[in-house]
Amino acid sequence: MATGIEPRPGTDESSSSARGGVDGATRAAIPARHLRTDRWWLAPATTAFGLFAFVVYSTWRAFAGEHYFAAPYVSPFYSPCLAENCVPMPGGADWHLVGSWWGLSPALLILIFPLGFRLTCYYYRKAYYRGFWASPAACAVPEPHRRYTGETRFPLILQNVHRYFFYFALVVAGILTYDTVLGFRNAEGEWGHMGLGTLVLLVNIALIWAYTLSCHSCRHIIGGRLKHFSRHPVRYRMWGWVSRLNERHMQLAWASLISVAVADFYVYLLATGVFDDPRLF
Amino acid sequence: MTQVDRQAWDVVVVGAGGAGLRAAIEAREQGMRTAVICKSLFGKAHTVMAEGGIAASMGNVNEGDNWQVHFRDTMRGGKFLNQWRMAELHAREAPDRVWELEVWGALFDRTADGRISQRNFGGHEYPRLAHVGDRTGLELIRTLQQKIVSLQQEDEREFGDHEARLKVFQECTVTRVLTTDAAGPGSGGKVAGVFGYERESGRFFVIDTPAVVLATGGIGKSFKVTSNSWEYTGDGHALALLAGASLINMEFVQFHPTGMVWPPSVKGILVTESVRGDGGVLRNSDGKRFMFDYIPDVFKEKYAQTEAEGDRWYEDPDNNRRPPELLPRDEVARAINSEVKAGRGSPHGGVFLDVSTRMPAEVIKRRLPSMHHQFKELADVDITAEPMEVGPTCHYVMGGVDVDPDTAAAAGVSGLYAAGEVAGGMHGSNRLGGNSLSDLLVFGRRAGLHAAQYAAALTGDERSVAGDADIDAAQSEALRPFSAESPEGAGAGSPAENPYTLHQELQQTMNDLVGIIRREEEMSEALHRLSGLRARARSAGVEGHRQFNPGWHLALDLRNMLMVSECVAKAALERTESRGGHTRDDHPAMDRQWRRFNLVCRLADRSGAQADPERGQIRLERREMPPIRPDLLGLFEKDELVKYLTDEELSQ
Amino acid sequence: MSATASHHDADQQPAAAPEPAASTGYTAHFRVWRGDTDGGGLEDFRVEVHEGEVVLDIIHRLQATQAPDLAVRWNCKAGKCGSCSAEVNGRPRLMCMTRMSVFEQGETITVTPMRAFPVVRDLVTDVSFNYTKAREVPAFVPPPGVAPGEYRMQQEDVERSQEFRKCIECFLCQDVCHVVRDHEENKPAFAGPRFLMRIAELDMHPLDAAQQAGLDRKKTAQDEHGLGYCNITKCCTEVCPEQIKITDNALIPLKERVADRKYDPLVWLGNKIRRRD
Repeated sequence: MATGIEPRPGTDESSSSARGGVDGATRAAIPARHLRTDRWWLAPATTAFGLFAFVVYSTWRAFAGEHYFAAPYVSPFYSPCLAENCVPMPGGADWHLVGSWWGLSPALLILIFPLGFRLTCYYYRKAYYRGFWASPAACAVPEPHRRYTGETRFPLILQNVHRYFFYFALVVAGILTYDTVLGFRNAEGEWGHMGLGTLVLLVNIALIWAYTLSCHSCRHIIGGRLKHFSRHPVRYRMWGWVSRLNERHMQLAWASLISVAVADFYVYLLATGVFDDPRLF
Repeated sequence: MTQVDRQAWDVVVVGAGGAGLRAAIEAREQGMRTAVICKSLFGKAHTVMAEGGIAASMGNVNEGDNWQVHFRDTMRGGKFLNQWRMAELHAREAPDRVWELEVWGALFDRTADGRISQRNFGGHEYPRLAHVGDRTGLELIRTLQQKIVSLQQEDEREFGDHEARLKVFQECTVTRVLTTDAAGPGSGGKVAGVFGYERESGRFFVIDTPAVVLATGGIGKSFKVTSNSWEYTGDGHALALLAGASLINMEFVQFHPTGMVWPPSVKGILVTESVRGDGGVLRNSDGKRFMFDYIPDVFKEKYAQTEAEGDRWYEDPDNNRRPPELLPRDEVARAINSEVKAGRGSPHGGVFLDVSTRMPAEVIKRRLPSMHHQFKELADVDITAEPMEVGPTCHYVMGGVDVDPDTAAAAGVSGLYAAGEVAGGMHGSNRLGGNSLSDLLVFGRRAGLHAAQYAAALTGDERSVAGDADIDAAQSEALRPFSAESPEGAGAGSPAENPYTLHQELQQTMNDLVGIIRREEEMSEALHRLSGLRARARSAGVEGHRQFNPGWHLALDLRNMLMVSECVAKAALERTESRGGHTRDDHPAMDRQWRRFNLVCRLADRSGAQADPERGQIRLERREMPPIRPDLLGLFEKDELVKYLTDEELSQ
Repeated sequence: MSATASHHDADQQPAAAPEPAASTGYTAHFRVWRGDTDGGGLEDFRVEVHEGEVVLDIIHRLQATQAPDLAVRWNCKAGKCGSCSAEVNGRPRLMCMTRMSVFEQGETITVTPMRAFPVVRDLVTDVSFNYTKAREVPAFVPPPGVAPGEYRMQQEDVERSQEFRKCIECFLCQDVCHVVRDHEENKPAFAGPRFLMRIAELDMHPLDAAQQAGLDRKKTAQDEHGLGYCNITKCCTEVCPEQIKITDNALIPLKERVADRKYDPLVWLGNKIRRRD
């Protein structure tokens, strides 16, 4: 009797069918590869456009190697500044650890960390797998690839290093916080002042922190890895907070992405003298 | 006739709900090769619909609870018509059955000290229902399902075959329990196997087995407004009758007081009693909590007389009496019915059930998540902000196969067992909420145990083998819808009866004429209509072929529904009193004399389906109840017993 | 076996008893896939729709009036059993929980069987893949030396697993997951969201003693059940009728637990020093 749990004879189509998906020999014979009637392409298209725009902008800014400091503000793309070719940033994270052999833009040294953090982020992975790789573009819309191995092998198995990038991201967020604090000076380095740029940096750092702390790895490290919450009440509580942030991880990913670009662009505008920073006090 | 697929197993369990799976686990653990046959996919049984919880006197929330209190509540709920030995076993064994679920991986809601949390429910004196939010049935079925998978994993390690000793035949329907008749007249037959078909392919099969456990659930699909799924066509009831067993208490059908009434397509879907257990109240269109007007005399001392006292009870149950919204289900259902009839109903013919003014929205969402979801999705009602509209819905049949209380063996047929809703007696005239899931576990285990012992004692030669003639007869019975006769009086070649139409007419008949409130003329009319439907059902025909053909499946199920409906109508007509799930408009009082009798249904002629359809197939008998054991009677105050027992019984 | 001479005209009145309250009906255009392993196609139907109905009601009306042998699985009709899974306008859904009011009255509504599984007939598919996968996940391991009735667990410790146990096994997540929907060849290696979630459920169970019994659920999730195939594109979460956050609460935490085991030096160091899980 073919009534048990075992697959029915002839359901193994991997050998018989050229295309293994919804067109497979045993699946319901429907010519259309999908029957979605809504605008399913809108979300991946928007995502792809947004990410692409950021990549273009950040590539330009990262390779530019100039207009990233306008006292007292430093662009988040260039902090910490680790090469000797950095412009002097009084009091800033201007540590020439790399030395003079580095001839390219100093941003490239440091951007690798936030880039890696975001590249391996569980939200961004979804976003670019859907937006750029169409794997899948939308639910129940077949992907165009013949084979799929997901994150089981090189290179995508490297996504598991998200944890390391999270640790680095904490350091970077710390340094950007320091930069924001430095923003409470005036151009001469005297404390107790504030300009529009300070606000821009403040908003940016708040979003960076929210994004970083809402990370799935963070949620796991804070408490998710525990088997018994009841034995770790403090971590359970923190896990609760992070979980609530984590529900907004996507929104925070976008908001912080935009804010970091805005902060950089603001510094660029000041550095190129398009306008002067409106001082509040 | 063509050769059918034939296999042999030690124990066959028909039905894969809570009782069936628990029976199968037990039979397999006794070492018997066990087959489970179910109409749906494995894990989809109607048990998933159970919401409130499993009643077991673990005493985790109130230490005053114990099996004696649970027994008392059960007997009161059933108006003392319960098979007292079953009620006793049930109350004693329920805690062990719940605890073993935890060993199999169940995750119940917890108390502050880490034990299983228990909630209040109608008719239960203490918080007693182990629960998981309002999806306890799902937890139960999934736990049993996963236990079965773990047993299969063991077998895989031992024999290299998951299904060596325990196999689930899913999406198969059993249409006959095959028996060999015993020699002498009066003595019943002996189980030889089951005959059925695979729903998917339409192929027939026979399983040779000495022991069959029926765990097929209830009969609700004979009624129009019901909380039951399509599977509830009374299969086990009918199989037992056809095999020569008998049914008892079929007049008692529980109408759950709170089913959805709007929109029409979801009418009847259950609204869990936990809504009331957790503080929900019933109001009529005047905004009045009308239940205070409907507390019957037998319950006067047990329930609050004022709203203030009822409200205090949720916080301080030791010094206050419970609100009358938590009366047994039959009382609440009748009260709602009366309010609607008196013109004080809600816009869609129900009454209002309100939690929105009683609890904060967050608490409602946490404690009643699936109710919140169900109303939001299906009725566009946000129960945290507005009241629900509810009305009675056919929910459960107290009647069922007449079984031995200790072994769950069906009277009259050796090797036939029944457990769960398909078995009769345990709940008397009315079942308390939460007692169903515990019933499944307690008697599912017992049925599996005794079926396994029975099968183990019969070696090869002693096992009966079904005769070819019986198999051929079963086969032609199952094939008849494909070559249905024309309706009488119509010319040859005229269209056959549509099984869907017949089903709808049956549901309408039972709902209107043998429903929550019953009258003699209406039930006579129902019996008349049933005979007409039986005649027409013979010419129910279907199109297409046998592969997954729902029209054909329904045509076959009609036999069972008609048979069971006749039992309900006949027994209800006979019992001239009102008790529990049986309310007679023309005999509104409970009669102590009637408590002493069960009504027993048997098939008038074992050839059954072939009999003259006009004449009715069911023979009804009165049978005296066995006297309640004195130590159990001693658990009650004399004042209470006089309401139920005759003076003659009391003096003994 | 012979077919009957029965006929049911498409314009025949529905056999349902009159519903006085539901008078605001209209006629909808349905396209339903009918066929079996040998082939089939979308068939057009005009069918009456009343207020408050769901797609499953319409399928039932088709059965009762126009297509009595239309095969469909269903059970509770209340979103609790997970039987009536299908694809409505290309999206995996429970038919009993898809209200007709979400569609425009003039819209054509297309109903097909789930497309990741072999078709049996009409809207019924062979879902044995899921039962096979269920068997591959090692069962709960009871803690040794704890008697029934002695289990003590705190509510906050069971809540995570309880969320996953809300699963009604409708298999919509298994159906929508592109890993197997679009790549039949991945079926042997990939358990699918439902059963990876089951592993997460057991791994988070406060009393599961698999570890002591020598079973590392985290490692086997990656090595034997194909967790690495998941690229967290969240379609499982999107279609889940129980609104279980499969990706965020089960799959990603499981991936993180795998990272603990296989990829994180700090956790490794911490475990070495403090010797605890």
